[in-house]
Amino acid sequence: MKHIADAFKRDKALIAYICAGDPTPDATTRIVHALIRAGADLVELGLPFSDPIADGPTIQAASQRSLQAGMNPDLFFDLVKTLPKTVPYAVMTYYNLIFHRGTMTFAKDCRNHGIAGIIVPDLPPEESDELGEACKKYNLDLIHFIAPTTTPERIERIIQSSSGFIYLVARLGVTGAREDLEDRTKSLIQQVHTDIPKAVGFGISNPQQAKEIINAGADGVIVGSAIVDMIARNTDDINKAVEEIETLTRKLKRGITG
Amino acid sequence: MENNKKSKFGKYGGQFVPEVLMPALYELEESYKKYKEDPRFIAELHDYRSNFAGRPTPLYHARRLSKEYGITVYLKREDLVHGGAHKLNNTIGQTLLAKYMGKKRIIAETGAGQHGTAAAMAASSIGIPSEIYMGAKDIKRQEMNVYRMKLLGAKVHTVTSGSQTLKDAINEAMRDWATNVETTFYVLGSIVGPHPYPAMVHDFQKIIGNEAKAQILEKEGRLPDSIIACTGGGSNAMGIFHPFLNEDVELYAIEAGGSGLKTTKTAALHSASLCVGEDGVLHGARTKILQDKYGQILESSSIAPGLDYAGVGPELSRLVDCGRVIADNIQDFEALEAFHELSQLEGIIPALESSHAVAYLKKADDLGDLVIINVSGRGDKDLNTVMDRGI
Repeated sequence: MKHIADAFKRDKALIAYICAGDPTPDATTRIVHALIRAGADLVELGLPFSDPIADGPTIQAASQRSLQAGMNPDLFFDLVKTLPKTVPYAVMTYYNLIFHRGTMTFAKDCRNHGIAGIIVPDLPPEESDELGEACKKYNLDLIHFIAPTTTPERIERIIQSSSGFIYLVARLGVTGAREDLEDRTKSLIQQVHTDIPKAVGFGISNPQQAKEIINAGADGVIVGSAIVDMIARNTDDINKAVEEIETLTRKLKRGITG
Repeated sequence: MENNKKSKFGKYGGQFVPEVLMPALYELEESYKKYKEDPRFIAELHDYRSNFAGRPTPLYHARRLSKEYGITVYLKREDLVHGGAHKLNNTIGQTLLAKYMGKKRIIAETGAGQHGTAAAMAASSIGIPSEIYMGAKDIKRQEMNVYRMKLLGAKVHTVTSGSQTLKDAINEAMRDWATNVETTFYVLGSIVGPHPYPAMVHDFQKIIGNEAKAQILEKEGRLPDSIIACTGGGSNAMGIFHPFLNEDVELYAIEAGGSGLKTTKTAALHSASLCVGEDGVLHGARTKILQDKYGQILESSSIAPGLDYAGVGPELSRLVDCGRVIADNIQDFEALEAFHELSQLEGIIPALESSHAVAYLKKADDLGDLVIINVSGRGDKDLNTVMDRGI
């Protein structure tokens, strides 16, 4: 199994997010293969939650589609097990699903099915002791966030408790594709001094933004809603979604490495 | 990072929110701590409570209701607070705090529309723009409150995600807050959400209990045997319970039993999280919630939109666990009966939410001889719902 750190070893990393089971588990498998073919270095799989407060309309809708198609944590782990292990995987989900399964059980299931990192948008470091212990026991990375509002003292404390990579939130608010890049995103990248890789997400949708983020000093770029939008537009024609996603992913990859 | 013990009620509570909001929660906690001791803030709050909200509210001896049940029943008349519910106690406090903190705008979620209305009233009188998030289902069943909020100058956002009720309105308000956190104050309507909200809202609402305690001592020369309050998130319950926690008084939190304590695959037919919920994390706090076997939040249900919520305040979860507060529930039809009963016996039309507390008089085994019911709101807003069902 690949570790999160492996994604950052060769070059700047492209991290691609999709919601597992959107619109079906088979579609997820095909899309993941396409992401890897096109150069994604790490795949972030959403385990859908009924009340995703950190997500904008695109990922809310993806979560709904996936849940309606019957996705649940058991099926999620079954699905992950079948995916090619040429890249590392992280699960992105909300804390109640982890808490309900039991933090130790959840971490163990991640380890056994090929998930190397856990990303929980509603779990700040203050509340992460229990999951942190479980991650340590099963040798997983618990990914923490740094937001534009995070104070310098908090940045230091978050760096201290981080491993894998640090998720820099590019803008205030929720997930969702945007065309522009705020100046404060670049200054945030420059404010975070650490050897742990820094990856930037929230609102990144095109190669130009990705390039600017890398030029500002980030080690990786996270793209979610722009990819999920392609699934949303083509739920009846997964071939087309796969094609569009593969093309976008190649362009993004060129944007950050070229 | 060290665990934040001060934010907990036993194992419940906490701050399960996105990082972007954490600095705002610290700022809120600091500011609240500072201003609640500030004589200027205290004086202004007192003025709003007395001359705008209409406090103190009466403690009314319900003579005919007492006769019907053979015990002495008093009603704490929060239905007489400006706006028609206890909600203004909290919105005045939070909106004033927003002003002192220099925030440019307030947002709020609302279920029945009572908190939204109270937030809009506070915002207008204090002079700060307000935007209210309300589920599409609730907008349909609480038309008049939607109009009231607009009339008061608030912008009302229709929430069409999820179950289109209170839970989804909170989700959407939290998303707005995360986006505009630097300029916006989130006026949360109950003792739910991340620390410091549960503690702060209970502080603003405990005036209900403080008044009731002094009033019952004056009228009866003793404390009541029992206090009954309806419970959705739990702000009116915690507000009246608080000053009695260390007294020999039974405290009853009455939840919405809906059409029975049953569950389908994605929905509960009730909103009784204290009665049958399990430990979980919702809207920033660990508490008792209604969830499926995987931890997905169930849609809740109640004839009373203000009780229609899959969670409950973390403080109440703890008080129920340790046996200090007794949780029970009342079904839709029982609440409707009580709605009519109080209207006809006492000339007081209670909110469908408060009707759950009134209905408990009939259901309870033994409440003692002296009982206070918190009539958290008036029922004018519910007339459409009740008319649809017939008298």
